[in-house]
Amino acid sequence: MKDMTLIDAVNNALFDAMAEDQDIIVLGEDVGANGGVFRATEGLQAEYGRERVIDTPLAESLISGMAIGLAAQGMKPVVEIQFMGFIYAAFDQFLCHAGRMRNRTRGRLTCPMVLRAPYGGGIHAPEHHSESTEAIFAHIPGIRVVIPSSPGRAYGLLLAAIRDPDPVVFLEPKRIYRLQTESVDNNGQALPLDVCFTLREGSDVTLISWGAMLYETLQAADQLAERNISAEVIDLASIKPIDKTTILSSIAKTGRCVIISEAARSGGVASEIAAIIAEEGLMTLLAPVMRVTGYDTIMPLAKMEKYYMPSVEQIITAVNNVMEF
Amino acid sequence: MNHNTEKTENIFRVGYTQYLNEEGRLFESLKNLSVAGVSSELLVEFYRWMLFTRTFDCKAIALQRTGRLGTYASCLGQEAVGAAIGKAMREEDVFIQAYRETAAVLIRGVKPEEILMYWGGDERGMDFQGPREDMPCTIPIASQCCHAVGISYAMKIRKEPRVAVVVCGDGATSKGDFYESVNAAGVWQLPLVFIINNNQWAISLPRDEQSSCETLAQKAIAGGISCEQVDGNDVIACYIKIKAAIDRARQGQGPHLIETISYRLSDHTTADDASRYRDDDNVGEAWQKEPMTRLRNLLLHELIIDKAGVEQLEKQCSDEIDAAVARYLAIPPASPTTMFEYLYETLPDHYLDQLEQVQKKILQEGEK
Ligand SMILES: Cc1ncc(C[n+]2csc(CCOP(=O)(O)OP(=O)(O)O)c2C)c(N)n1
Ligand SMILES: [Mg+2]
Repeated sequence: MKDMTLIDAVNNALFDAMAEDQDIIVLGEDVGANGGVFRATEGLQAEYGRERVIDTPLAESLISGMAIGLAAQGMKPVVEIQFMGFIYAAFDQFLCHAGRMRNRTRGRLTCPMVLRAPYGGGIHAPEHHSESTEAIFAHIPGIRVVIPSSPGRAYGLLLAAIRDPDPVVFLEPKRIYRLQTESVDNNGQALPLDVCFTLREGSDVTLISWGAMLYETLQAADQLAERNISAEVIDLASIKPIDKTTILSSIAKTGRCVIISEAARSGGVASEIAAIIAEEGLMTLLAPVMRVTGYDTIMPLAKMEKYYMPSVEQIITAVNNVMEF
Repeated sequence: MNHNTEKTENIFRVGYTQYLNEEGRLFESLKNLSVAGVSSELLVEFYRWMLFTRTFDCKAIALQRTGRLGTYASCLGQEAVGAAIGKAMREEDVFIQAYRETAAVLIRGVKPEEILMYWGGDERGMDFQGPREDMPCTIPIASQCCHAVGISYAMKIRKEPRVAVVVCGDGATSKGDFYESVNAAGVWQLPLVFIINNNQWAISLPRDEQSSCETLAQKAIAGGISCEQVDGNDVIACYIKIKAAIDRARQGQGPHLIETISYRLSDHTTADDASRYRDDDNVGEAWQKEPMTRLRNLLLHELIIDKAGVEQLEKQCSDEIDAAVARYLAIPPASPTTMFEYLYETLPDHYLDQLEQVQKKILQEGEK
């Protein structure tokens, strides 16, 4: 057991994974001596050497394409893309090859790689450093998308992602990298992939969120509890595939659902969840499903950021609406 | 039968130019320089702009440290490249910047408070009142090189006597966007000057781990473009070479690439701590070569300006920057509804409900 922040948990998982499996290679920009711009890879190069912890040239297409090649050779590359805003050159390789390799070679070659990137807003960062575009990845067949929302889940899910035999995009909510410290059992145990985590049980409304927005979601649940509204809070965690069993059984109990996401509204993961509920949970609903999301705008720079990010008040307003429906 | 054939591989050389050395000694007579278009007045102007830029840079870092600016990328030690670009370009040319060419941007008429607004998290800082066709900062590394190809292509097919100048870092030269752009500029013989602002570092990655090329300039050769290296701490060499490349491009002689060799004396940005990955010795050595001291020494030595004159310039720059900072700090915030105002020329009605949501939020904030 160790007290850890989310970023410590990522670092610990990388350390533990590299210790147990010689095939794991960490690569990316500034991951060596600098330990990554957020220090996720701090100390790794000193411990495991420059061959296994690679400072690459500044070239994201190379980084993800090279990882695909390493993986085809049976290595287990864990890529760091410095910010999600710079993932798009890597996206080309990832979309065209990572998710398809198993299929196109009928299982002869596979792609057990992890693509890690910090994502999300709320830290007053420069342009291109605050977006949440997980939905773009969720649209790719053959891959998993995972987002942890606490130190413990970061540790367990990153281990699971690394050990998984298929490509995983692992997006780290950087706003909460250092927000809370939690005692984490760093015993090398992975958490299950492909499932949601029910953080709080409730009976009146189901709140579904992921990443940093769970922070506001849990605050909203606290405030609702003061008014005797009992909210069940689900951490989606697995953005792809979506664990509809947990979601639908929660809604069967509460009859109401509000989905909270800081990503742009249209074509988002929240929309996908709402579609699942509409298709398979309609008869259990007591009110329409509501989304609290970012806008369909360019993510504003720091000065306006707080007007973009969904607030506790917005979540409560949405819950009021479904409660009063 | 033997079908082996061989093509002659060109033996290439990459020139390196320095006029003004570390001690402020000139390898050309002032008279010859004057003939080449570098008058004493221009030297003073260079110095003034570099001083203005450095004063701005220090102030920006102070603002960041006191919570009045966001993350900021310093250009400490790279003022000469920017000043040379700014003076070598014509108003009607287009400058496509990365983010460390502050001197160039200021010379081209972007206001210091506009630059501060950008790094302070206010989009209006990108709506320069000066050079209306220049591009704003580019954060996704090397992506601006492709824009420069498009911009110079437009100039070419419209037969305009204009030139595009694009800057990227040493790290950027590893990106596909850079190689692709150099290649395309060669194919179409575009009026485009590439400048690699080689400051020896891409965050923590030193130059020699970025590429095993002896020069970064030579990457142009594979794209069929001429290239050279220049001492990026020598404003005179930078100016003469950049100006010549721009003149040739304007006359239809095609693209050119210049690698200016300088040093990032600061952290990568205010969010970085360079002591984690580089030695102070290394930085100390670089300070011996920085661009301003040598130019000042030249000006003093040649009696172009005296100590009192230098002090007067310092005072002027400092006062002007203080005034710009005061203007920056006094700018009232933009309405958050502007998130929607510039999304499309005409906002589709589909988004009006989202706009209303923002308006509600503004009211709520007001009540707090
Ligand atoms: C495509 C892309 N990848 C990564 C980053 C993060 N990043 C910002 S600056 C930088 C280093 C750039 O080095 P260089 O091109 O030498 O320019 P310098 O900052 O030294 O002027 C990196 C990796 C980015 N902005 N864009
Ligand atoms: Mg550099």
